Amino acid sequence: MNPRIRRRTGLAAAIAGPLAFGACAREPEPAPDHVSQAEIDEAMHTPTELDFWTWVPGIEKQVALFQEAYPDIKVDVTNSGQGAGHYAKLRTALRAGRGAPDVAQLEYQMVPAFSITDHLLDLRPYGAGDLEDQFVAWVWAQVSGVDGEVWAIPQDTGPMGMLYRADIFEEHGIAVPETWEAFAEAARALHEADPEVYLTNFAPSQGAFFSGALWQAGGDPFGGSAGEDLRVDLTSEQARRVTEYWSGLAAEGVVSTDPDFSDQWYQALNRGKYATWITAAWGPVFLQSTAASTSGKWRAAPMPQWEAGDAVSGNWGGSTSAVFAVSENRIAAAVFAQFINTDPESTMTMATEQFLFPPTKALLEDPAFTGQEPEFYGGQRVNEVFAQISDTVSPDFQWPPFQDQVYADYSDTVGTAIAEGGDALGALDQWQSRVTEYAELQGFTVEES
Amino acid sequence: MSAETTTATAPQRGRGAKGRKGPRYAKTGYLFVGPFMIAFTAMFLVPLAYAAYFSLFREQLVGGSVFVGFENYARAFTDPLLFEGLGRVALFFLIQVPIMLAMALFFALALDSGLLRLAKTVRLGIFLPYAVPSVVAALMWGYLYGPDFGPIAQLADKIGATAPDFLGADLMLGSLANVVFWEFTGYNMILLYAALRAVPTELYEAAAVDGAGPWRIAWSIKIPSLRPALLLCLIFSVIGSFQLFNEPSLMKALAPNVIDASYTPNLYAYNLAFVGQEYNYSAAVSFVLGFVIMAGSYLFMFVTNRRSRS
Repeated sequence: MNPRIRRRTGLAAAIAGPLAFGACAREPEPAPDHVSQAEIDEAMHTPTELDFWTWVPGIEKQVALFQEAYPDIKVDVTNSGQGAGHYAKLRTALRAGRGAPDVAQLEYQMVPAFSITDHLLDLRPYGAGDLEDQFVAWVWAQVSGVDGEVWAIPQDTGPMGMLYRADIFEEHGIAVPETWEAFAEAARALHEADPEVYLTNFAPSQGAFFSGALWQAGGDPFGGSAGEDLRVDLTSEQARRVTEYWSGLAAEGVVSTDPDFSDQWYQALNRGKYATWITAAWGPVFLQSTAASTSGKWRAAPMPQWEAGDAVSGNWGGSTSAVFAVSENRIAAAVFAQFINTDPESTMTMATEQFLFPPTKALLEDPAFTGQEPEFYGGQRVNEVFAQISDTVSPDFQWPPFQDQVYADYSDTVGTAIAEGGDALGALDQWQSRVTEYAELQGFTVEES
Repeated sequence: MSAETTTATAPQRGRGAKGRKGPRYAKTGYLFVGPFMIAFTAMFLVPLAYAAYFSLFREQLVGGSVFVGFENYARAFTDPLLFEGLGRVALFFLIQVPIMLAMALFFALALDSGLLRLAKTVRLGIFLPYAVPSVVAALMWGYLYGPDFGPIAQLADKIGATAPDFLGADLMLGSLANVVFWEFTGYNMILLYAALRAVPTELYEAAAVDGAGPWRIAWSIKIPSLRPALLLCLIFSVIGSFQLFNEPSLMKALAPNVIDASYTPNLYAYNLAFVGQEYNYSAAVSFVLGFVIMAGSYLFMFVTNRRSRS
């Protein structure tokens, strides 16, 4: 009747189609218990090509260092984009059974998503077990499996702090708030004094921020999950506290609710619409390039606390290098992932030239890193501030194996309720039930508490 | 228009030829359509069949892939998110398409009247937005709609007024309709204009002899003879509206809490597959959407055919 209809439906099918070959993907060999030094030496002297997918700009520097150390190994870098696009490509290649890289960049919240499908290689047999002491404890917990597996090597992190406009604070006589209560009062006072300015912007679809805020408050919604048993507790006391707090401020109209990383938001940062940005350790450098016109006006401080006198924070962002089980060059891939993230020169370059916030204890204590005094922050030692914050992040925070779905559901329930002035606590229940329903459809045994 | 007439008469002619002249012509015919059929089968039919097969399974993060029969379809038919999306695009269709087609018709008649100066320039000007990729169009309009930085908002600010919140929950559907209107009015106009050029001039002469003025000619000759072309435009619009994806997908970055993951059925299918990894269910949703569109298009053809017969 109408070929165009069939054709268009076919198009949808063609998009979904290639992702369906999971059934015919070949099974990777089981990982060995131990790989001897002799085997590693042999592999590292065999001419090999490694495929590495990453979005980190300038990663060629680290690759060059690696190739200098291991001249027989050649690393091909592919920039496969960042975020959802990157993971969609990875999943497609993994399901198709070919075309997947040996090593790829994975954010922390995506590590369980790839380990549950048995796509990641446990790096313990390749010497990664010995690296634990080099990394900050909470970071190491993020890449560790329930049975002690090492699923990836940490590359950078995002302990959360607060960047604020010292000039706006001074103009209105606002002290840097140390508690969330003081923060709320300052928000009211500032907006009253200048209706054009908000103390901060709560980006209602930014699930990663909300997770970090929950982390700081002591919430651990998926903590205690193991394999097929999933704990879902998105309506905990802590979650209610965080939700009530932000929905309250948004309803009062004393914080703005613009979508972040949008043109509107960039403009607002430059115009001084927001007096703070509650962000992560990667924020300072990001802000320097996106709000260049405000140079010298910003300062960094720890996040406000729920209890006066506390010093706790959460994490937002950061990523790892993971090796895929389908790799035919497992040893070389595992050595590469470890090298770029632990070699002193490689990690120092990352921290000081690519501005990735380091997860290694050595760098966080290195004056060459912490002693930097960027002009944008009036010469304040911003790295030192965030290095101290990094010590205060709780190790108790677990990601579910489908965090991208959790973020999407968050945005459509809680995020929307906060932005549109709806019933935010009711939306929290909705979020819980959506995630639970999804988890059950995915075959998990869900324990709600 | 011509497509309609050929599909209507071709089967009869084919049957006649087969009966009298034998299969020799048929063979040559197959040779001609062969390359197309191969590509069509490989690129459309096979993936389509595969997706249909695929929609009968459910692959879970835990437990792998299991055959579930029509369970995904049962879920789709009771999925409030899918129906909300379908309702939304249906509303979009009802608001946007009549305005777009009326304007396209108006422009086509105006161009055909021969009374316009610079007719070619006007025609090209109205058609030009269609040449702009819809992604670019959506980004451009997203900028124009911007609440703080957008030119409309700034202009309103200059004269002391407040621009409406184009990206807010109340106006979003209208804002999207406007983008689609901008993109596709010219395209529909060209279809209608081409159909008008195919009307035999004898009809106009006869009408003029009978004393009909330009309005009468437009109403009694031009518009009736546009019926097949209008039907074609309408069916394209049914498909386009129900498949709405690019515009809301791009506007989502500007208004993430207005456009949710299931704002339109296509967006929903996309998010099911690429965010939730529910590929099987996504395939089922795509098929349900395909059936809705097929049913909708058929309904329009049925209604208009019956009317033209009576």
